[in-house]
Amino acid sequence: MLSYAIFFLILVGIYSVLALGLNIQWGYAGMFNIGVGAFFALGAYASAIVTTPPSPEHLGGFALPFWVGFAVAAVVAGAMAFLIGLITLNLRSDYLAIATIGIAEIISQILKNEGWLTNGVRGITRIPRPFRGWIPGQDTLLYLGLVLLVLAGVYWLSERAYRSPWGRVLRAIREDEPAALAAGKDVLQFRLQAFVLGSTLMGLAGALYAHFVNFISPEAFQPEFATFIVWVMLIAGGSGNNRGALLGALAIWGVWSASELFTNRLPPQWATRAGPLRILLIGLLLQVILLTRPQGLLPERPPQPVGDASSLSRASRTPEGESAG
Amino acid sequence: MEQLLQLFIYGLVLGSIYALGAIGVSLTFGILRFANFAHGDLMTLGAYFALTFVGWGWPLGVSWIPAALATAVCAVGIDQWVYRRLRREAPVILLISSFGTALILRSLVQILWGPDNQVYRQGIQIPWEVGGLRIKPDWVVILAGTALLVVALHLFLQHTQVGKAMRAMADNFDLAKVTGIDTEQIILWTWTLGAALACLAGIFLGLDTRLHPTMGWRLLLPVFAAAILGGIGRPYGAIAGGLVIGLAEEFSTLVISPAYKTGVAFAILVLLLIFRPTGLVGGRA
Repeated sequence: MLSYAIFFLILVGIYSVLALGLNIQWGYAGMFNIGVGAFFALGAYASAIVTTPPSPEHLGGFALPFWVGFAVAAVVAGAMAFLIGLITLNLRSDYLAIATIGIAEIISQILKNEGWLTNGVRGITRIPRPFRGWIPGQDTLLYLGLVLLVLAGVYWLSERAYRSPWGRVLRAIREDEPAALAAGKDVLQFRLQAFVLGSTLMGLAGALYAHFVNFISPEAFQPEFATFIVWVMLIAGGSGNNRGALLGALAIWGVWSASELFTNRLPPQWATRAGPLRILLIGLLLQVILLTRPQGLLPERPPQPVGDASSLSRASRTPEGESAG
Repeated sequence: MEQLLQLFIYGLVLGSIYALGAIGVSLTFGILRFANFAHGDLMTLGAYFALTFVGWGWPLGVSWIPAALATAVCAVGIDQWVYRRLRREAPVILLISSFGTALILRSLVQILWGPDNQVYRQGIQIPWEVGGLRIKPDWVVILAGTALLVVALHLFLQHTQVGKAMRAMADNFDLAKVTGIDTEQIILWTWTLGAALACLAGIFLGLDTRLHPTMGWRLLLPVFAAAILGGIGRPYGAIAGGLVIGLAEEFSTLVISPAYKTGVAFAILVLLLIFRPTGLVGGRA
């Protein structure tokens, strides 16, 4: 039971990092990325190649320490996002969404077809788990500690970014791009920064995932699991709200895991249909959320202006204030 | 030379399938103002409906009719239950919702028909040899079927009240509304038409290759590229766009691995959106 709880929390932690990354792109800046799974996969493969022992089956293994793998994962995903962002971020949000489908498809084809790099569909094995053997029998607990540490850092960074002038500019671009342009903001530059930062976090989540499961193959990064569920988490939790992203990751992963308990009770002839049945459930849940509570469980709450500005705006908003004065 | 001609034929067949999908995308994008990410999975659904009727012993030449009707009923049902309630929201909310619909449809197909490859008929069709070229009889069915559908679509759009209203709405929604067009009714017609054509695209794809639950999703990118290439809201443009993307993908196999064909549609899409976002022949951005 305890080991299941640790397992569950590690996956919630990894999905939380993905949801926070997507929140920077969609929640802060309104950029529609359907290629979440691609950046997740890039990070996982990058860290796997850097940290596994030398192998004739794929590029490397360079057998470097795990933290180098994490750093490389973040850099590779971020660099790819930079290149993609340069050519696509001028597009309208719906066109950007279509373009990111193409990016995800191309990256998934590369993972499958470039055997020299990734060992193709057979995947990469023997990805080392850090801290193995430090406390005998407790490596998953230690790994949970690492995941939570990374998550805390990512959350702190995202919150700082949201409340900073930088985050304010992103919200301005999201709400009213012409106004942001008129205020002299370099819209493309800000979008590119948010896109790269969000994708960097997705790459980092990929590394966390790879070192947890020890084996990755293109199968693990299908859009249903790697992209769709992250979107449902963010929408359910509340786009634009970092705590919402965390809550969404916990709630949706909880629903997803609970649905397995249900499908395990299905008669054996239904066993092959369990996966799609669970996806169906998550899909229906998304529709219900969009129809009944589109702002999510924890709606976005941008920081209010403080000091003079706030008293000014309060005075102008309340007619009683004016008549009293 | 023969190789080029052979690729040209492959390209026409693939392009016809893209074109039929792109017409529906272009109409729904033009009239409802959102990119329907479930369109590919509507194709899948239509192809599997036809498989069921074929399984009952009906010939495919008949099965397409009830399959197209069933697909249209599904599309209209989804619109009434979900999209209609979201019409006042920003288009991007509808896009997210359609992404959910796509996953729902795909998992339903997997639950009802299973996750494996399936075919309309067993056995390998022997291609005709015409002057050194290989031509499968199915391709003739696909090309002739597409041509007939395009002619029927043309007559519908030019000569019926509904067709004219549809074009008016794609051109200028607000103007169409103030002139007294019943926009909700035209939206239903748009879904019916788009879904029926999507169903045929799915059937043709299943006939050319095989049926698989992700067959339509994989077509989404080239179909969108075709619709944007032709100009959103312009069905004739979508047909031309489909053929261009199909031919470009097939000819690209001369220089790159066929696994990366998607990259060609993607490259065309991105170049187009950067340099001519209204499509080659002009349309709405």
